[in-house]
Parts: sequence; structure tokens; C-alpha cells
Amino acid sequence: MSKNSPLLLSANQLTCIREERILFEKLNFSINCGDIIQVEGPNGAGKTSLLRILAGLSQPYEGQVQFNHTSIHDERELFNQNLHYIGHLAGIKGEMTAQENLEFNLNLCGLDSTEAEKTLNQVNLLGFEDALASHLSAGQHRRIALAKLWQSKAPIWILDEPFTAIDKNGVKKLEELMIKHAKSGGCVILTTHQDLSIDKNLYKKITLEYRFF
Amino acid sequence: MTKTNNITIELKEPLSYRAAFMLIFKRDLTIAFRNKDDILNPLLFFIIVITLFPLGIGPESNTLAIIAPGIIWVAALLSTLLSLDRLFKSDHADGSLEQMLLSPHPLFIIVLAKIIAHWCLTGLPLIFTAPLLALLLNLNENSYLALMLTLLIGTPILSFLGAIGVALTVGIKKGGVLLSLLVLPLYIPVLIFATSAIDTAAMNLPYSGQLAIIAALFIGSITLSPFAVSAALKVSTN
Repeated sequence: MSKNSPLLLSANQLTCIREERILFEKLNFSINCGDIIQVEGPNGAGKTSLLRILAGLSQPYEGQVQFNHTSIHDERELFNQNLHYIGHLAGIKGEMTAQENLEFNLNLCGLDSTEAEKTLNQVNLLGFEDALASHLSAGQHRRIALAKLWQSKAPIWILDEPFTAIDKNGVKKLEELMIKHAKSGGCVILTTHQDLSIDKNLYKKITLEYRFF
Repeated sequence: MTKTNNITIELKEPLSYRAAFMLIFKRDLTIAFRNKDDILNPLLFFIIVITLFPLGIGPESNTLAIIAPGIIWVAALLSTLLSLDRLFKSDHADGSLEQMLLSPHPLFIIVLAKIIAHWCLTGLPLIFTAPLLALLLNLNENSYLALMLTLLIGTPILSFLGAIGVALTVGIKKGGVLLSLLVLPLYIPVLIFATSAIDTAAMNLPYSGQLAIIAALFIGSITLSPFAVSAALKVSTN
């Protein structure tokens, strides 16, 4: 049916109000297969709010987000199967080891967890499998959270500040992964304050302005 | 731009509910066993409160026997309340709750697994220690079975109803007081019927009526509260 349609997500007339301040109003855009979209703007402009609305975690004040031409809240299960969201909190449990955390994350997304060790290797965490996550650094937590992307089969990636606390090498690897994902038909929506080092033609920007009223 | 060869947006085969349940259940137990404070705190609170009563009231066994059911049940209520915070707070604080809300598994199953894990960690230890503490309070010997039965059916209700309160207050920084105000009134029916059942048993009368009401509350809370909790979590994370 809509299998061949390149349209993945579309935002219709999104309005978000927080603490009686309009963050953005009547925002319209569509995200197609193969897009990498960087949402940029100053602190407090509503980047995270926009991403949370796109992921269906928050409700917009007005408007709706459509996936596959239906509202994401009408077909929650279908949408969740096609989504990977990584928020600015890593979601890593200090009481569990790196490998247990990753295995849990993979299972929670319905992915195969038998290759968790191999995936940890890809994010340079080999040797830390059995270390409790509470003994690892913030960057390593983020790497564990990001590791599931290497196994992901879901087309929509929504990443809130994925590069925070990640070293240069890790950023480069992640950017390569995002390009590969976009080329195979997925889309990536991310926020970051650093400039992406990938080719300008490969990604688009959505700029949110800080509004005072 | 139409390279959708590798990626299809169709519903994959439904994931097994049992696997999802076990995944969350095992994870919560693992975390709790590595962080033993969480299990020991409510249990120690329960034991300490009950052992303090004979010291405060005096060793007259008749007085103690009269108030024993009430003491045990009130201590159980408060110790459950003490442990409720753990149910969603830490998951909310570190972002794993968001991941669970966005997972393709039905939220009902995830919530059910979390609440049952909570009961295994807080309700079950209470049930095992209650008879020993009842001995300390000189509980009527006819009442032991009633005490065990009411605790067995009653403590899950405390976890299930409490979970609704926690889910509603999880987004609030200092929701502790609000949580008690929300949850304790809901616990009162359980308290009334449980202590009444134990008292009736002490008089050697049938207490199946009270048990039936507690069982009805149990069935009601186990089937309905996960829906309420799921809805409340969605609101709280909004």
C-alpha cells in the first residue's frame, strides 16, 4: 500500500506551549526516507519538546504527527516498532552490567540480544561487558544507549543530543552509521549544538528561534 | 529517494507477551537484589514498628491480642507506602521509563510485570515475617490462618493501588506527601475488611465474607490498575 511511499513522518500544524510561552507555532514539515534532519536552535527554543512530540512522548498543544498517513497515537504499536528514540537521559541502570543493559535495551525493542557482545565491541566497550554501569563514565553510558542503533531495523531514529559526552572518534563512527542508515531508506532526526561533519547535501536543518512571548 | 527496499513499515509479528513480562520482571528483580537496601528497608520498618508496640503498650497480653490485627495491617500499609517510590521513580529519573513507554510491547504488560516484581520484593517478605511478629503480639491462635490469607490476598492490592499513585506523582519532584494523601484513602477498605476478618476468626466465626470482599478488590485491582497506571505514566511523562 504505502510501502513505496517515501514519506515517513509528517508534522501538521504543530504548536507547543510550555509555561505559557509559545515554543513553536503551526510547524509543518515532512520527513522522507533517506533524510537526516538536524534540529537546531538556542537553549530553551524547544528542540527537545519537538523531538518528544515527534516520538509521541508528549502531546502537542495543537496539530498532530502522522506516520504512514495515520496519527502516531492511533497506531501506537506499529509506530513504536518503527522507532528508536534516545533521549538526553541515557536510560542505563547502574546496578546492571554494560552487557545486561544492552541486552535489556535490545529485548525491549524486540531485537535479537544474542549479539550484544559484538555490538558492544562496535562502540568500543569491549572489556567492559561485565563492569557495572555505575562504574562507567557518562560517555560510556551514552555509548551503551547508542549501541542498539547498530542492530536497529527501525527506519525512524530520533536522537536527542546523541553526541553529548562522546569522543571525536565516536562521533565520527556515529555519523557514518547515520549516513548508512539514511542511505538504506531510514531517517534520522537529531539535535546537536556541534556542526555535523557530514556532507551538507546529505542533511537538512530545521531551525527553531527562541521566542519571548 | 524511494529506496525502501530494506525497510518496510508493516507490523512485524506480535511480540510474545510472556517474554516481555519475564524481561521486565527479571530486570526489576536483578536491580533490587543488587541494591539490597530497597528490599531490606520496608521489611525492617515493618519489623521495627511491630516490635515497638509491645514495648510501648506494656506486656498485658490481652490488650496486645485485641490490637494485634490492626497493628500488623497498619504496619504493612505503611511499609508498602515506604517502598512505593521505588516502583517508577528511578526509572523516570534515568530515562528508562521513556524507553519502556516507547517499546513495541503493550504498556499493560510492562506495568503488570513491574508491579508484580514490586510485590514479590515487598509483599512476600511481609507475609513470611508476619506470623513471627504475630506471636510477639500474642495474636489469638485461631487468627493465624486468617492473618496469612488476608495478607496474601491483601498485599498485592496495596502494590496495585499504590502504583496508580506513584504513576501520577512520578513527574513531581517532591511527591512523597501527595503520594500518601492519594494512596492511603484507597487502602482503607482493605484495612477494614482484613482486620475484621482476623477479628472474626479469633471469635471462631466464619470470615469468608470479608475474604470474598478482599478477593474482589484483588481481582479488580489486578485487572484494572495496570490500565490506570499506563494512562497515568503517559500523562506524567508528557
